[in-house]
Amino acid sequence: MPVDRETVRRIARLARLAVDEGQVAAMETELNALLSWVEQLEEVNVEGVPPMTSVVEQRLKMREDVVTDGGYAGDIIKNAPLAENHFFVVPKVVE
Amino acid sequence: MARTTDPTRFTIAEARDALAAKHISARELAQAHVDAVARARSLNAFITETPDHALSRAAQSDARIAAGEARPLEGIPLAIKDLFCTQGVRTTAASRILDNFIPTYESTVSQNLWDAGAVMVGKTNLDEFAMGSSNETSYFGPVTNPWRARDRNDDLVPGGSSGGSATAVAAHLALGAIGTDTGGSIRQPAAVTGIVGLKPTYGRCSRWGIVAFASSLDQAGPIGRTVRDTAILLRSMAGHDPKDTTSVDRPVPDYEAAIGKSVKGMRIGIPKEYRLDGMPAEIEKLWSDGAAWLKAAGAELVDVSLPHTKYALPAYYIVAPAEASSNLARYDGVRYGLRVPGRSIGEMYEKTRADGFGAEVRRRVMIGTYVLSAGYYDAYYLRAQKVRTLIKKDFEDCFAKGVHAILTPATPSAAFGLGEKGADPIEMYLNDIFTVTVNMAGLPGIAVPAGKDAQGLPLGLQLIGRAFDEETLFSLGEVIEQAAGRFTPPKWW
Repeated sequence: MPVDRETVRRIARLARLAVDEGQVAAMETELNALLSWVEQLEEVNVEGVPPMTSVVEQRLKMREDVVTDGGYAGDIIKNAPLAENHFFVVPKVVE
Repeated sequence: MARTTDPTRFTIAEARDALAAKHISARELAQAHVDAVARARSLNAFITETPDHALSRAAQSDARIAAGEARPLEGIPLAIKDLFCTQGVRTTAASRILDNFIPTYESTVSQNLWDAGAVMVGKTNLDEFAMGSSNETSYFGPVTNPWRARDRNDDLVPGGSSGGSATAVAAHLALGAIGTDTGGSIRQPAAVTGIVGLKPTYGRCSRWGIVAFASSLDQAGPIGRTVRDTAILLRSMAGHDPKDTTSVDRPVPDYEAAIGKSVKGMRIGIPKEYRLDGMPAEIEKLWSDGAAWLKAAGAELVDVSLPHTKYALPAYYIVAPAEASSNLARYDGVRYGLRVPGRSIGEMYEKTRADGFGAEVRRRVMIGTYVLSAGYYDAYYLRAQKVRTLIKKDFEDCFAKGVHAILTPATPSAAFGLGEKGADPIEMYLNDIFTVTVNMAGLPGIAVPAGKDAQGLPLGLQLIGRAFDEETLFSLGEVIEQAAGRFTPPKWW
């Protein structure tokens, strides 16, 4: 089994998801089931195959590097759970 | 059309004619749909109803029609999947984390529809963040399929993730709808509700303003009761958008002109890898019926092979969660959406995301984070992207041999019962086995109703086309529709 409980806790921390001990056990089972299912990809010979980067062949468009948008701070903070004077407010980060 | 006809029975094409001939007003058409939506609340197809929007826009449409300035979708009532941001109208992605989100901007695809004169009856229910195949992962509860098995009254799922949009169209609550399709989320619900759904080529429609799930796979598309209606909708939806660099700058054809065009001499591939062990006899029959109809219309059937088909679903369940875990990092309780307080900013993030996301979303964020984490990236993500190259090459080889389109079943079964699947996530994922290859290769695919199973539930066929050749899919889909007829559920709600 590739994933143990400590790995589940580490991944949850990386994903910024709070998990309780009951969830850790359930996720351990689920993640292992999924990972053993996707293991069948190991049968495929991918020697020399380039990884897909874009599904449709196209050259990305270029444009002038100038400001084309902005000037509506009121709209940007409109859905913020907590805002003050066009700033997002978060718990204190620096002591 | 006579004035006495129930306006919710119109197709988009019929409604367009009736409006032009002034047999009905846009306001009457909108009111009929607003009333139908209100009477169908037991189906839970909508998260937010927008009757005022529908009626006021319809009044504007009537003024346009009177002035002889009608646009292509003037006065047509549509349902919009609640994944498209709509200015001033709550947009939830069926997640608790966006329960109170009111966008200050409009998605490009929905704006294109309003610019063409369409009116919105509401925002439809879906699987949370479009992650699901049954609409059961919605924070706002499941949607009920308007179809029931013969002599039964058990609730069935409408498929997913665009289950609310499919139900709205199948139950005549809107003349058409838009959805998004990342692994089958338009085609699978369309198939199990007996209607038509198209996933366009990746890049055909702008993704700007659509809540992102897996950015290299997501594509918006139309849902309608006829092939012609989806062609009409796509023409207004599609086009280049400077705000989405992956949207393609090429002309948008008049898709409706492809309806009724001869399919004589077209080569239709029948891929042997889609014939699964234990495939129900009725799906086998549906598939051979579809092939026979196309042959009778002058197409030539060719056996083809897409050898990497079986690896598409496991590769998808690496690529899609990886992209999702990255896209969903933005939900942190700071800029919008739910915030659950914590003693530190880190605790606030973790509690917000744990409470704001449902179980399936958390599962996919975990998988995605794992496959992208240090030491595992090459073994999982990189390998999956290489497999994806091979899946795309399978299709390219097939088209290079002169095949115009590929015919497959749309789903492995008809609609299943509410709560019947889901204990095992992989069992649920297998619903997308015939549709997911198309997203992995970026190709267009259409689901067209083609028959019923032994319980009287609708089944669909899928046609897969060359990149940017949606027109061929519309021509071939029309042949299937003409042969199979249209499917309407008896009203019980």
